[in-house]
Amino acid sequence: MVQFNLPDNSKLTDGDYYKSEKDNENIKKFKIYRWSPDDEKNPRMDTYEVDLDDCGPMVLDAVMKIKSEIDTSLTFRRSCREGICGSCAMNIDGTNTLACTKAISDVKGDVKIYPLPHMPVIKDLVTNLKTLYKQLKSIKPWLINKKQSADDTENIQSRDDREKLDGLYECILCACCSTSCPSYWWNSDKYLGPAVLLQSYRWLQDSRDEERKERLKELDDTFKVYRCHTIMNCTQACPKGLNPAKAIAGIKQMIAQQ
Amino acid sequence: MSSPLSPHLQVYRWQITSILSILHRITGIVSSLGAIILIIFIYSISAGEETFQILISLSENIFIRTILIGLTFSYLFYFLNCLRHLFWDVGIGLDLNTAKLTGWITILFTVLLTVLFWVLIMIEY
Repeated sequence: MVQFNLPDNSKLTDGDYYKSEKDNENIKKFKIYRWSPDDEKNPRMDTYEVDLDDCGPMVLDAVMKIKSEIDTSLTFRRSCREGICGSCAMNIDGTNTLACTKAISDVKGDVKIYPLPHMPVIKDLVTNLKTLYKQLKSIKPWLINKKQSADDTENIQSRDDREKLDGLYECILCACCSTSCPSYWWNSDKYLGPAVLLQSYRWLQDSRDEERKERLKELDDTFKVYRCHTIMNCTQACPKGLNPAKAIAGIKQMIAQQ
Repeated sequence: MSSPLSPHLQVYRWQITSILSILHRITGIVSSLGAIILIIFIYSISAGEETFQILISLSENIFIRTILIGLTFSYLFYFLNCLRHLFWDVGIGLDLNTAKLTGWITILFTVLLTVLFWVLIMIEY
């Protein structure tokens, strides 16, 4: 359902201001979305002043500094700090990206940080990705190959066939793309969204997979694929430089050609 | 307390591709509605010279002229952006930089052709 406005319980209010103790020229303001289930209040935007002379270069460095030195209640996911786990995906400076690979110096003015868009918030920057994982499971993101698996040898693939998976297998499932997509915002219950469709295409392109026909039949539905209108927010957001919009176009072509 | 919904449209930065996408939908609707105006013009021709002249003089009204210019923009944009979509449907032009470039070209040509169209009309009349 298309609902442009936020529901009443989600409307943002002004939050607290944490002033830096140091009188430094190199202060940057971080405005961060806060909500806790314990507060019984609407979400708010807290502002933290961070001394960049005493902080790592990435947005994640600043967020971790805030948590360890200014406000320990700030909640977010993070793990690898090098763009391979996908945990610290959030909306920074208006677009979705990984906090660990986004340089603070790339943001002009105050750094505004929100959770991934149009998602149920669990706490602060942590969102509930249950629907997305359920959708991922629905496309069977694994190799289906009964014949070769049975004879206990390797599933051999030519160099050319292997190359078809480049630009697809690198996806880390951070959900930056799906949560940047207006179509996914309005139809996340029925439209699979760019992240899941890119995964789907990865298995459709795999020369070793035997279920191509069944996979395509499963996808051929007015909502699952065709809510993609090539808005391309997904491709612009992808922190790994992948192109989900192109993958979805590939699926549409495969469905048309079979 | 139940989970809030994180902000979306309110905070997401507009991209050239997303602006063109929503513009595509808007001009699609405007162009469909504009068809009524086109039909009125065509009907006026069949209704005879007098009716047609009335419509022509009406179109010189600044308000109606603005609508007509807007409509020209709408048709041209929709047509040109449809070409982008047609190419995308066969898998061409989907790389991010290409899509951005064709987007800007679409805007440029829409404006140029709209201006050209109306300059020609104004020279003729």
